[in-house]
Amino acid sequence: MRTRLLYIAVILFCLIMNMPPVLSIAGRSFYRPNVNLNLLGRPFVRDLNFHLGLDLQGGTHLVYQVDTSKIPEGSQSQAVMSAKNNIEKRVNLLGVSESLVQTSVVGKDYRLIIELPGVKDVNQAINIIGQTAQLEFRLPAVATPSSIADFSPTDLSGADLRLAQVQFDSTANQTAGAPTVGLEFTPQGAEKFAKITRGNIGKIVAIFLDEQLLMAPVVQTEISDGKAVITGNFTLEQAKNLTIQLNAGALPVPIKIIEQRNIGATLGSQSIIKSLFAGVVGFVLILLFMVAIYGVKGILADIALVIYVFLSMAIFKLIPVTLTMAGIAGFILSVGMAVDANILIFERIKEEIRWGRPMRAALELGFHRAWTSVRDSNASSLITALILFWFGSGSVRGFALTLTVGILVSLFTSITITRSLVRTVYANKK
Amino acid sequence: MQTKNSHFPFMKFKWLYLGFSLLLIIPGLFSLIFYGLKLSIDFTGGTLLEIQSQSPIDEGKLKEISHSQNIDIVSLQTSAENTYIIRSKEISQEQNEKFKTGLSQIGQEVTEKRFETVGPVIGSELTRKSFLAVIVASVFIVVYISWSFREIPKPYSPWKFGASAVIALLHDVVILTGLFSILGHFYGVEIDALFITAVLTVIGFSVHDTIVVFDRVRENLPRMLKMPFEQVVDYSLTETLARSLNTSVGVILTLTALLLFGGETIRWFIVALLVGIISGTYSSIFNASPILVLWESKKNHLK
Repeated sequence: MRTRLLYIAVILFCLIMNMPPVLSIAGRSFYRPNVNLNLLGRPFVRDLNFHLGLDLQGGTHLVYQVDTSKIPEGSQSQAVMSAKNNIEKRVNLLGVSESLVQTSVVGKDYRLIIELPGVKDVNQAINIIGQTAQLEFRLPAVATPSSIADFSPTDLSGADLRLAQVQFDSTANQTAGAPTVGLEFTPQGAEKFAKITRGNIGKIVAIFLDEQLLMAPVVQTEISDGKAVITGNFTLEQAKNLTIQLNAGALPVPIKIIEQRNIGATLGSQSIIKSLFAGVVGFVLILLFMVAIYGVKGILADIALVIYVFLSMAIFKLIPVTLTMAGIAGFILSVGMAVDANILIFERIKEEIRWGRPMRAALELGFHRAWTSVRDSNASSLITALILFWFGSGSVRGFALTLTVGILVSLFTSITITRSLVRTVYANKK
Repeated sequence: MQTKNSHFPFMKFKWLYLGFSLLLIIPGLFSLIFYGLKLSIDFTGGTLLEIQSQSPIDEGKLKEISHSQNIDIVSLQTSAENTYIIRSKEISQEQNEKFKTGLSQIGQEVTEKRFETVGPVIGSELTRKSFLAVIVASVFIVVYISWSFREIPKPYSPWKFGASAVIALLHDVVILTGLFSILGHFYGVEIDALFITAVLTVIGFSVHDTIVVFDRVRENLPRMLKMPFEQVVDYSLTETLARSLNTSVGVILTLTALLLFGGETIRWFIVALLVGIISGTYSSIFNASPILVLWESKKNHLK
C-alpha cells in the first residue's frame, strides 16, 4: 500500500512538473503551478521552465580578470563582491533577462563570469560592463587650469547620485535636441553640490569620468535643487550607456576581458531540434532493446525508464540545471546508462533461476545480490561525474550535472520502482 | 549451492588480448609522438571566428582586411557553404567589429555565427586541470575499489583489483587520445574542453564494466577457493559476459542515435564517447582481468 502511494506521488509529481505551461482539456484550461516555497527561511522560487544554456539560445559568455592589485590584501574579496553586484545592476539595466554574474577565484586571481543570453549588441554590453564609471566633480587648483593635474577633487562623486537619466538639450542654441545626461543628487549630494556651486560662482566646476575630463562648465549661480545636466556631445547610445553605468554606481576595481564566447542563436535552435530527435530515437531503441532481451521484465524496466526520463527532467527544472548541448547529450547518454542496473539485476535473476531457485525467490535474490555490482559500478561513474563538475566550467558543468542527476535518479527508478513493478506483476507466480 | 556449468577458458589467450591492445595503441602513440595533438583555443588561447556570407569571399581580400586590423590569421577554413572559420591570435570584440565592417565595405555582409576568445591564462589553466582531473579520477577509483574489495580472502590484494581497473582505463585514455591525434593530423579534429569531458566520462564507464567482472570474482573467490585464480576469473567472465555486453549496447545505442541525428557541434564529442566506451568494454574484459590474473596468480593460494 505504501509503495503504491509512493508511485502515485512520483507519477503525479512528474506529470505536474512536466506539463506544458497551459493545458486545455475539453474547453478548460489548467495552468502549471509555479514553485514558491520557503525552505528554512530561504525562498525557493522556480518557474518550471527549462533553462537553456548560451550555446542553445545564443548569447555571450564573458570572463573578466579583476585587477585587485591596488586593493589592500584583506578587503579584496569584498571589492570583488561589490564589483559583482554593480555589474549585476548594469546588466539588469541593460535589459538582458536570465543573465548571470558569478565570481570565481583561481589561485590568487579573482574572476567575474558573466553570461548574457540572447544579447543582440555585444559591443554595447561590453562597453557598459567594462567601464569603471567613476564620476567626480573637481575644482581648478590654479587660476587657469591647462591640464588634468590642475584640478583638485571635491567630496561630491557618483556615489551621491540618486538618479541619472537621458534628457535632451532644451536650450535654444545649436545643440538643441542633443542627448544629455540629467543628474539628480541625493539630499546629502544636493547639499554638497549647493555648497560647491555657492562658493565658486563664476568659476569652473569640472566633471570627470574615469579620470577623463567630460566637461568644464562655468558656474552661473548656486544650484540648490540637487539637479545638474551633463552635455558632452553624446550620441543617444553613449548617453544611455552612461546613465546605466551611473545608476549602477562605479566599479570599485578595474576589470579586463580574458575570455569571450559569442554564439549565434540560429546554431542553437537547430541543435536543439536535432538532439531532441536523436534523443527520442535513442530512447525508443533502448525500450525495444530491453523488451527484446528481457520480455515482460523488459517492459517493466521500460516503464521505470519512462518514469526516469520525466523524473530527471523535473529535477533539472527544480535545481535548476542549465541545459547546454553537452548537457543534453549527457542526459541522452544517461538514458542508455539508466538501464544498466536493470540489466545487472535481470541477468542475476536469470542466473538464480538457472541455479534452480523458484521464480519468486529468484526475483528477490536478483535484486538483492546484484546490489554490490550496481553500487560499485555507479559509484565509479559518480566519482568521475563529480570530478568533471569540479574541473569544468559552463558547458562541461552542465554535462556533469545532468550525468550526476541521471545516475542518482536511475538508481531510484531502476531499483525501487522496477522492484515493486516486478513484485506486483509476478505476485501470483510461484 | 552453485551448479558449475561450463566456462570459456578466457585466460588461456591473455597474451593475445594484450597483444591486440598493443597493436591498437602503437599507431596512436606514434601519432602522439610525431604529430602531437591539435589543441583548440580552449588550451592554446586565441580567437575563433565563424562567419557566414551571402556569396563566396575572396581569400586574399579577407586576409588583407584582417591584416589591416592587426588580426594574425593562424588558419582559415571553410566549414559549410560560404561559412568561414578563422583562427587567430587573441583579438578583441572591437577588432572583430572593425573586421566585419571592413568586409561589409567590400560588399560582404556577414553574419557572425561564433566568436570565441580565450586568454592564455585560461588556456594553460585548462591544460593543468585536465591532467589533474584524469589523475585525481584514477586515484579516487583505485581507492574506492580497494575499499570496496577490502574483504576478499587473503592472499589476494584489494589494491591490485583497483590498480588493474585503472590500468584498463588508462588503456582507454591512450587509445582515445591516440585516435584523436591521428584524426587531428589528417582531418583537423581539435582537442577541446569537451574532449576532456569525453575522456572522463569514458573513465567512469570503463570502470563501471570492469567492476561487473571484478564483483563476480569477489563473489566467486570464497566458494571456489580450491580452484586456481585463473579459473575463477574464467568462470566470472563467462558468467558476466552477457551483462557486460548488454550494458554497453544500451549506451552504444543512444550514442549512435546522437551521432547519426544529433547536432554538428558535438559530433566529435560523441565520436570520442563512442570509441572510448567500445574500448572500455573491451579493456574491462580483455585487459583488466588478464592483468589481474598475471599479477595475482603468481602467489597461488593453493600452495
